[in-house]
Amino acid sequence: MNAQHSHANAGHEHHDDHGPAKGIGRWLFTTNHKDIGTMYLVFSLIMFLVGGSMALVVRAELFMPGLQLVDPGFFNTMTTVHALIMVFGAVMPATVGLANWMIPMQIGAPDMALPRMNNFSFWLLVAAFTLLILSLFMPGGGPAAGWTLYPPLVLQTGDALPLAIFAIHLAGASSIMGSINIIVTIMNLRAPGMTLLKMPLFVWTWLITAYLLILVMPVFAGAVTMLLTDHFFGTTFFAAAGGGDPVLYQHVFWFFGHPEVYIMILPAFGIVSEIIPTFSRKKLFGYDAMVYATASIAFLSFIVWAHHMFTVGMPLAGEMFFMLSTMLIAVPTGVKVFNWTATMWRGSLSFEPPMLFALAFLFLFTIGGFSGLMMAIAPVDFQYHDTYFIVAHFHYVLVPGAVFAIMAGVYYWLPKWTGHMYDMKLAKAHFWLSTIFVNVLFFPQHFLGLAGMPRRIPDYSTQFADWNMVSSIGGFGFGLSQLLFVYLIVKCARGGAKATAEVWDGALNHGLEWTVPSPAPYHTFEEAPVVK
Amino acid sequence: MKMVKRALAAGAALMLGTTPAMAAWSDLNLRVGVTPLSREIYGLHMMILWICVAIAVAVFGVMIYSIATFRKSKGAVPATFDHNTKAEIIWTVIPVLILVGMAIPAARTLVKIDDSRGSDLTVKVTGYQWMWQYEYVDQGVSFFSKLAQDSNDARQLDSGIDPSTVPNYLLEVDRPLVVPQGKKVRVLITAADVIHAWWVPDFGMKKDAIPGYINELWFIAEKPGVYRGQCAELCGRDHGFMPVVVEVKSQQDFDAWLASQKAAMQASKAPPAKVAQAARNTDEPMALRVATAE
Repeated sequence: MNAQHSHANAGHEHHDDHGPAKGIGRWLFTTNHKDIGTMYLVFSLIMFLVGGSMALVVRAELFMPGLQLVDPGFFNTMTTVHALIMVFGAVMPATVGLANWMIPMQIGAPDMALPRMNNFSFWLLVAAFTLLILSLFMPGGGPAAGWTLYPPLVLQTGDALPLAIFAIHLAGASSIMGSINIIVTIMNLRAPGMTLLKMPLFVWTWLITAYLLILVMPVFAGAVTMLLTDHFFGTTFFAAAGGGDPVLYQHVFWFFGHPEVYIMILPAFGIVSEIIPTFSRKKLFGYDAMVYATASIAFLSFIVWAHHMFTVGMPLAGEMFFMLSTMLIAVPTGVKVFNWTATMWRGSLSFEPPMLFALAFLFLFTIGGFSGLMMAIAPVDFQYHDTYFIVAHFHYVLVPGAVFAIMAGVYYWLPKWTGHMYDMKLAKAHFWLSTIFVNVLFFPQHFLGLAGMPRRIPDYSTQFADWNMVSSIGGFGFGLSQLLFVYLIVKCARGGAKATAEVWDGALNHGLEWTVPSPAPYHTFEEAPVVK
Repeated sequence: MKMVKRALAAGAALMLGTTPAMAAWSDLNLRVGVTPLSREIYGLHMMILWICVAIAVAVFGVMIYSIATFRKSKGAVPATFDHNTKAEIIWTVIPVLILVGMAIPAARTLVKIDDSRGSDLTVKVTGYQWMWQYEYVDQGVSFFSKLAQDSNDARQLDSGIDPSTVPNYLLEVDRPLVVPQGKKVRVLITAADVIHAWWVPDFGMKKDAIPGYINELWFIAEKPGVYRGQCAELCGRDHGFMPVVVEVKSQQDFDAWLASQKAAMQASKAPPAKVAQAARNTDEPMALRVATAE
């Protein structure tokens, strides 16, 4: 990099000294990893609010028995599009945004390796979600077959089907480009001395996540394309009447879908592995074990997919295999939880907002892990499957899991991005409100599921009334609390107490990003730092 | 007299606080159910639940202790260790042992669930958008089972009917599946349009109903009664409105019911003479079977 740098300086123009371009052009044509990171994060926050409002439509209808607000078809559209937006539009872009901002700064690189592709992958995502949201207004209503898009039901979708499928294609292409960029950056642009096993955990988890994405997104793209040809061109890949097989779709989907859940949670593991050591003022316990555990989880994610399908009528051997392989995931996941706990052991803990969110993650993600272990047991899963128990499970790992970790990351790095400290009191209020309401929202759903309430129903028998009401109150409380988060971020971007380069007491020992000033200059590490 | 007894029992229960407590618990936990398999599944569920609770107490205990003790505000000085091979081996090996302990009984139950041999009665279930069809294989009896009319009226958008005034709201059908008590009933499950799933929580079992596939499950319901469940796979607009209701009757009552169904089926199809014969044989299931075999 140094050689290139001086070469550019020797030329007539000083390309590398300029700041951001002026006006809208800065955002449309930017190739700066910080700008693109910001755009990803803002996009994800908007999608989080859009997807969240859809969840509130669902919770409002479920507030009491009987249908008061929406038609059952529209209810199904809301559950379906809520999930698609949250998975592909909120959680994934948020982690990509954090990767864009932080990976170059954590490995001492001047930018991402493929900056134009970086810009392209962001704007593809905007196109994808424009299509998906437009699909809501098509004749026949929006997609309503669940985010898993199981045939034959999904083939009953109206004109929304091709829009939703093209949206998935574009989002998938965007993810693959983003992943290639992350892998190439990590492999080629690390500062001298930063060997693989010296990389921050966030970089490690993203490297593994990027490989998962490249391996599974094409599989998903293939499956939805087959849906498209089944619907429009008379093929019968998934239609029994034509010699096809509806269960084949489920196998292919979950071969993508299970790694997909780790695509959402591994970067979260990385963020938490950055934050807990900083605020414990200790090194991460068992760094090597953390890396190997992440890699093991990634490997296992490819051989457990059919645990999402225990009730489709697999042969005994299949159920046995997927039950045992799924149970195995508990071992590396346990290692991670134990290592985070051991990092805090005999540390010197302080409880700033990033640490609070990381701690909530630690407790609540573990609860989601327990219900996951319960569902691994195939014979009992015959009862849990497709009830609110699974809804509670995956929301525990995704909301106080992935989303809390992302919020922890935002609270951790926001002063570095903006150069301002945010309002700590407000951030703590946001933390406590979110943590209390997320439990009011999702914990009762365990009870509903065990008592026999199926998921994806707009109305329910009166025995489920009490806990649904509690859950809905939690839902509105949680949703409204997020407005505080938005307000806090806007306020922090506009001004506030000046942040130091280190931001957090002792952070200098915890990563290269704390060696650059706050706010991070438009171009950082034009000369690579040397890592000892 | 009966009324008085019941009132006394209810009063006693209230005073002891047993009834509300039990009602509350059953609202929170998995149902035990009424079949040998459902009881075994419940046992597995409770075993894993308690293992998870025990691990949670230990792990959360250490976390809470750390948070309470090692605080910077209390002047805690950070230690410098960053690994401990012995501890790491221990907390890898112990979970493996716990998992093996969980896997063995789970695998045993799984094998039992898979074994549908030696059934006494076979019923074929077909899922439709949005109702079930039940067919007593080789008996010539089949019918559709739909959401009961009063539930259907109340569930319409802004119907103005309070669901709590409808008995078994959304869990009642016009014609339930009827099966004999204490007999091994094999259920063959398929679908005609999209994927559904047939589920009765008290039988511990659900299975997807998939077009082009015939899945099976079995149960032995030990207590007579009415058992309610729902479709458990999203099947379109009215997925929430196709309940499963199974009535378990004593063998004698079941035989009588089946015979009356046959008679009714034949009355609607067969020439008059055969109807008369079927009607005569209502009380004699053996004779009836011969008669239908003709």
